[in-house]
Amino acid sequence: MKAVARSELSGLLSRVPDTEQKPFIATPAVDGDFLRSAYRSMLSARILESKLSSLYKAGKIVGGVYLGKGQEAISGTLGTALIKGKDCFAPLIRDQAGRTAFGEPMLDCTRTYLGSVEGPMKGRDGNIHRGRPLEGMPAMISHLGAAVPVIAGMLFAKRMKGVLDGCVGATCVGDGATSTGAFHEGLNTAAVEKLPLVIVVANNQFAYSTPNNRQFACADLVERARGYGVGGFSVDGTDLLACASVVGEAVRKAREGGGPQMVVAHLLRLSGHGEHDDGAYVPDETRAGHYGRDCIDVGAQQLIAGGYASEEEIQTWRDELSEEVQKAVAQAQQEPVPDPYREDWSALSTKFPSNQS
Amino acid sequence: MSVTYIDAIREAQQDLLREDDRVFLYGQDIASFGGAFKATKGLADEFPGRVFDSPISEDAMIGLAVGAAIEGMRPIIEMQFADFSSVAFNQIVNQAATHFYRTGVPIPLTVRLPSGGTPGSGPFHSQSMEGIYAQYPGLVVVTPATVSDAYHMLVDSVKLDDPVLYCEHKFLYRWLKSKKIKGEHLPIGKARIARPGKHATVVTYSAMVHEAVRAADRLQADGWEIEVVDLRSVKPLDIDTVLASVARTGRLLALGEAFPWGGVTSEVVSRVTEEGFHLLDAPPQRLNSRDTPVPYHPKLWAAHRPTPESICESLRKLLSF
Repeated sequence: MKAVARSELSGLLSRVPDTEQKPFIATPAVDGDFLRSAYRSMLSARILESKLSSLYKAGKIVGGVYLGKGQEAISGTLGTALIKGKDCFAPLIRDQAGRTAFGEPMLDCTRTYLGSVEGPMKGRDGNIHRGRPLEGMPAMISHLGAAVPVIAGMLFAKRMKGVLDGCVGATCVGDGATSTGAFHEGLNTAAVEKLPLVIVVANNQFAYSTPNNRQFACADLVERARGYGVGGFSVDGTDLLACASVVGEAVRKAREGGGPQMVVAHLLRLSGHGEHDDGAYVPDETRAGHYGRDCIDVGAQQLIAGGYASEEEIQTWRDELSEEVQKAVAQAQQEPVPDPYREDWSALSTKFPSNQS
Repeated sequence: MSVTYIDAIREAQQDLLREDDRVFLYGQDIASFGGAFKATKGLADEFPGRVFDSPISEDAMIGLAVGAAIEGMRPIIEMQFADFSSVAFNQIVNQAATHFYRTGVPIPLTVRLPSGGTPGSGPFHSQSMEGIYAQYPGLVVVTPATVSDAYHMLVDSVKLDDPVLYCEHKFLYRWLKSKKIKGEHLPIGKARIARPGKHATVVTYSAMVHEAVRAADRLQADGWEIEVVDLRSVKPLDIDTVLASVARTGRLLALGEAFPWGGVTSEVVSRVTEEGFHLLDAPPQRLNSRDTPVPYHPKLWAAHRPTPESICESLRKLLSF
């Protein structure tokens, strides 16, 4: 069931817990309410993104649409484990669930995708390149790994301001981003400074079309944790309960002063890189394999089997969230788009005299 | 007692640390060692917990500064050499420079770039990066040429709410001295007349201001009065002061130490040609370094960058029209 032979890693990775058969044990931080809340964010993301995909295919969205389909469990549990107003979180392109769980209003998403001037990016940037930096959520740039040092810097500043105690900063990357210099420099810097950084690596097996064996040569990316001197966790990213346990534990360790924690989630992207891509390069046997299962289905089964939610309740959530999505899309579609004649074409906040530019 | 250009840089950082709790220094070897050029000597002791050694990670240094700036701090990042900022290029031009336009949240960080050539420094410790950064929207790029400007422009850079590339010239560090560094000064964005004249204008910045003044002094013997404009900041570029000078002289030489393709001198010539074509009595000239990497050997280096001799030659050509 696991991508990595545990025997290859045993002895090498003393800090990597065995998540294979680990039963879910509720903790004060990761309990039934946590699971319900995380699952709701997962459902919200799936329904919202499915609508975005339709809008894209209908030609209503300009530019790219990037889905987190198949990554909702790892993203949603991370967002749920963070505390809005205290922690900071730099999501990446497949983190709609994490954004929602961290408290990003759904309108931020629909407004940014649909180019509403009321959105946080005002049409100046689009799709997943959005954030609310002053509320702890930086807006990503497209360069992968680039947010790792930014989150480290936010934590570094919190320490200087004397408000770091009990805080966590989290960021998400994919398997591809682990090959960048920015990822290495940022994680190493966070480790040197012993910052409470949680870095979640969603290993969805393909960086755009490039498979793992053309991306890295170690057996499991979590092996790198030891080299950086940070905590390392490996988890089945299709398993909501496992994600909740492992992410909850990683966040707890970071929050309690254990330094940076790296969580590698094994999963499969259940869509193309973007909606322009059909993902034809993913072999059928991979799709049919363990990681091809849908974390939304697995999560529902787990909630029901564990008595955390009933089937009817989950259906009610679906209905409520579908309505919320319809409203958020409709509102953004009715709002004005940016006017180039009224745009403030100034990239600096300092207003220099007009003859100096 | 006189102070040097690098004393001024150190003193500016000391005053900034003293006056503003949000300021901190982050860079390679800058804490107890005091920096490769001693620009932060003693500051780690004087300001505990505010001067930090960083790993050799230029990308992460700027990324960290962006994050800290979002949190309301005012980081000063020391690149050990401007040349190494190429490793941080992405964080500077894509993360820091785009942030205000994209999100409305300004990024008040200052990157100190020890720039320009010194004899024997070779291709990777001699570069002038101002033109590259000035190309990108969202950055302020300053190039102080005097001891007073080294002090005041660093203080002013840190007080600006935008990312600033502060290009300090290594050749001036210990050679350039002044009796007084603090006092009246121009704001960032204003150029100054470094030497008045009436027959031709040299528009330049940083260490080349001094080479231009030397060239102008030599040509004075032949009766030529050359005006030297010190841009001080290359972005924003004070085109009014440049045009006013060209209006007086009718002739323009744009001079810079950076590589010749594009860059600040091209921008100056282009704007003067566009906005002040009617003021020109001769085709505007440009003089830059040669279009090769900066060579190691002092003899090659001295022939790679503009010198008073080559500046005089360019000016004579300009005056011959």
